[in-house]
Amino acid sequence: MSGTAQVLDARLLQALLQTLGPRRVLHQPAHLHAYACDGYVAQQGLPRAVVFPETTEEVAAVVSLLNQYDVPFLPRGAGTGLSGGATPLHGEVVISLARMNKLLAVDLENLRAVVQPGLVNLWLTKRVAHAGCYYAPDPSSQSVCTLGGNLAENAGGSHCLKYGVTTNHVLAAKVVLPNGEVVDLGATYGDAVGYDLLGLLVGSEGTLGIATEITVRLLKKPEAVQTALALFDRVADASDTVSAILRAGIVPAAIEMMDQLAMQAVDKSHYHVGYPPDAEAVLLIEVDGLAGGVEEQMRRVVELCRQHAARSVQVAQCEEERALWWSSRKMAFGATGRISPDYIVQDGVIPRTRLTEVLQYIADLSRNSGLRIANVFHAGDGNLHPLICYDARIPGQAELAAAVGSQILRACVDAGGSITGEHGVGVEKRAEMTYQFCDADLAAQEAVRLVFNPRNLCNPGKLFPTPGRCSEVRQSAWLAAQFAAVSAGFPEQTRILAPDRQGRQDGVY
Amino acid sequence: MASDQVTTAAPRNGAFLWPDAPAPEQYEVCVHCGFCLEVCPTYQEWRDENHSPRGRVFLIQAAAEGRLSLDAAVVDPVFTCLDCRACESVCPSGVPVGHLIEAARGQVYHADPPRGWRGALARLFLRGLFPHPRRLGVVRALLRLWQRFGLQCLAQRLGLLRLLPPHLRALAVALPEVTARPARLSLPERLPAAGPRKGRVALFTGCVMDVLFTPVHEATVRVAQRHGLEVVVPRDQVCCGALQVHAGDRPQAQALARRNITVFAESGVDYIAVNAAGCGAMLKEYPELFRGDPAWHARAQAFAQRVRDIAELLAEVGTEPPRGRVPQRATYHDACHLCHAQGVRVQPRQLLRSVPGLELVEMPDAERCCGSAGVYNLTHPEMAQTLLTRKLDDLPPGVEMVITGNPGCILQLRAGLAQRGQRIAVRHTVEVLDAAYQQEEEQA
Ligand SMILES: Cc1cc2nc3c(=O)[nH]c(=O)nc-3n(C[C@H](O)[C@H](O)[C@H](O)COP(=O)(O)OP(=O)(O)OC[C@H]3O[C@@H](n4cnc5c(N)ncnc54)[C@H](O)[C@@H]3O)c2cc1C
Ligand code: SF4
Ligand code: SF4
Repeated sequence: MSGTAQVLDARLLQALLQTLGPRRVLHQPAHLHAYACDGYVAQQGLPRAVVFPETTEEVAAVVSLLNQYDVPFLPRGAGTGLSGGATPLHGEVVISLARMNKLLAVDLENLRAVVQPGLVNLWLTKRVAHAGCYYAPDPSSQSVCTLGGNLAENAGGSHCLKYGVTTNHVLAAKVVLPNGEVVDLGATYGDAVGYDLLGLLVGSEGTLGIATEITVRLLKKPEAVQTALALFDRVADASDTVSAILRAGIVPAAIEMMDQLAMQAVDKSHYHVGYPPDAEAVLLIEVDGLAGGVEEQMRRVVELCRQHAARSVQVAQCEEERALWWSSRKMAFGATGRISPDYIVQDGVIPRTRLTEVLQYIADLSRNSGLRIANVFHAGDGNLHPLICYDARIPGQAELAAAVGSQILRACVDAGGSITGEHGVGVEKRAEMTYQFCDADLAAQEAVRLVFNPRNLCNPGKLFPTPGRCSEVRQSAWLAAQFAAVSAGFPEQTRILAPDRQGRQDGVY
Repeated sequence: MASDQVTTAAPRNGAFLWPDAPAPEQYEVCVHCGFCLEVCPTYQEWRDENHSPRGRVFLIQAAAEGRLSLDAAVVDPVFTCLDCRACESVCPSGVPVGHLIEAARGQVYHADPPRGWRGALARLFLRGLFPHPRRLGVVRALLRLWQRFGLQCLAQRLGLLRLLPPHLRALAVALPEVTARPARLSLPERLPAAGPRKGRVALFTGCVMDVLFTPVHEATVRVAQRHGLEVVVPRDQVCCGALQVHAGDRPQAQALARRNITVFAESGVDYIAVNAAGCGAMLKEYPELFRGDPAWHARAQAFAQRVRDIAELLAEVGTEPPRGRVPQRATYHDACHLCHAQGVRVQPRQLLRSVPGLELVEMPDAERCCGSAGVYNLTHPEMAQTLLTRKLDDLPPGVEMVITGNPGCILQLRAGLAQRGQRIAVRHTVEVLDAAYQQEEEQA
């Protein structure tokens, strides 16, 4: 944590207090520490102040003031982000949207809802459940994360395999631009005429503006749903099952995988299922739709699991059982605290067909670095979440874990995938951006940011590598040394995983 | 990663200078996932990370590691916590937030002992009154005088109660009628089981509980006896120490714990039955008070293993469904220290469902704190009132009775209902059960 907060100009403070009242401005240093980071704790900094606006007008007023005083700022929802997107590294004023948590309007006929950005994802579903409706994107953090944060990260979730990620469900938004101007993007019905600026905003990690009103699509609850839990002796069999299911033309609502270490972690928590200690992988497969079809699909899923050497396949017999299985999957990140004092969760994506080999690579990396790595992931769309366990009290381990994480992300890119599926780049994966994109790509993206955020006051230092900063250079030099150290253990893999920059790759791991 | 932005292992000579500090192995398991935010009543209201479980644990850790001093940054959030443990029920990582908060309050108590009239008042109650059964007896006598000779009505008529702040006024009016003697003395020391004996149980009577809720103790004993339990009522037991722990006065709590552990060890019983959720949680957590004292820690553990909430105990030994009827529409409020701290949720509902005529309807968020939280309603009346209002708003339409398992909640709910002029009864689970059995006997 950086020692002292940046000083807040006294006139600016007065103006903020006047705009929001004393109870909605935190400015004494004592009250700022809790805002030093989000769900990614490896880097922290103190904000100048934290403000709690309750309306679009208040957000706009605050942003205008901050522009006037040339003070950087960033939006924050629930602070569950896993890449440091809401972490104030430059003394930003944190604009907390947590109090803007109203459900503004619901149109059940047309399946639309208008929400404030601080509304918690699951609350929206709870508020419309009485009419048999729900909001589809379901990040594991859905019981706490906000729809604004979801929009900014283009959050995904277990059921996004069938239903799509946040961008497929956000239809329009009111946005306070980084200069304080308020604009409406998107269209509640049909396609917005002209460029898809809303599409640009979704996933922009708070660098292009602050969403203050969001129109989302609601869905009708499927008539039937069935969930299966399949245990496998070998990870490879589980991966093959995933491919086989999708190849057979079945589109399950979700296919999630956990490995043995992840099973151990959740079984130590309140969300105990009782997984066998020797199964290498478990698949959680859900199908939904019309009752008749679901029955048939589940029959085929079970059959395919059996064909691929599943040790056992169980179909949930009641809602409680299904809920427990899902909790055990959704709480897996948090439960990692049961087996390790610290962890980094990575978020790489690979083509599904390369699951087995990349998992093998991760296992090797784990063995060579001496750090345990648990795997929890959205298997259906190849979105890996390796949880790298370490102990920050042991000097050098935090850095080693970061290096291993980075190595995994590079492996994902090399396999034809990407460095993030849903958690965003934030501050955490800035360095890896240069691995995924060439300089021209990055320059083009920066040019887009400058159109919206020309003074770079809105969430500065996120998303893009800033090689100019010496600490950054030190970091990359340090990381390079770590890579060398880690990779030395297994030159064979390293050779294959370091393809030429055209991305060509041959051989198997 | 610039070095000033990186959290690395810090030396352990932080702001907690006194023994019995928040334990590193307890705060270090927090992975900052935030799953606890939305169940925390203070976060729900203020939506400020400082007053969330994650924020509190983070600040405690920062103080422990010397990155923060023990000033307002840590003290305020640690004291706005209700110690309701809702966060612990969801936390996937198993962070004992309640213990951390209590230990941090212990440090504050050493660093900055409560001063002025507040301090005097706290000392008067926590050290001078609750731990001393005889002095409690005097309070009982005064309360009775107040109630029996119409002083309460007189005071009400003369508007004297208006001298009190509104929340205290409501509480004063809601006080149940105090009986002549505490159960600890009015009940025989040994009460035989009816029918074949399934076990011996000691009744924990508590301090406030036994001034204000003696009839609940009597009901507890009757129901226990009926189900084959021989009941003893150790005369030398004292207050459990929960209020002291909540206020940070751990030395006093430890003294009380030692006394109780000794007294109940001598009674040689199978179980220690508690009907106040707050006391039950405290008794089960006695080992936590002796982390640095292996001998007492072991004794505390042996003691804690025998403690049962009365609903838990009845479910364990098995009950026969009553045949008497309690024809009412009722709802069950989960006392925080029963559901979150002790994990007792199903048993009371099962017992209540066995009562003929009782229509049990669930209220939304039954596990959310009612704002009573020990003495929180006295120290933080504004938040307590907000939570009480939310709780009462959540009561399902048409209920005639709210049932719960903790005296603090009973008082709080009664005060709230009285303020609103709502005629809804508030009863302890075991009272309802007892009423059904009594009815059965009358019929027979
Ligand atoms: C245990 C756990 C499990 C998770 N599982 C998943 C998962 O399955 N899928 C997934 O996608 N993510 C997951 N996440 C990551 C995280 O929950 C999501 O990124 C979520 O969308 C963040 O929402 P938030 O409200 O916490 O946002 P914050 O963390 O507060 O902010 C995230 C980013 O959004 C910006 N932002 C916030 N509000 C706004 C706004 N109104 N306008 C513009 N920008 C804004 C912030 O500046 C920041 O850059 C998980 C996190 C945890 C801790
Ligand atoms: S206390 Fe538990 S639920 Fe809350 S942030 Fe820490 S680990 Fe997560
Ligand atoms: S004990 Fe209750 S009030 Fe305290 S942090 Fe946990 S949920 Fe919040």
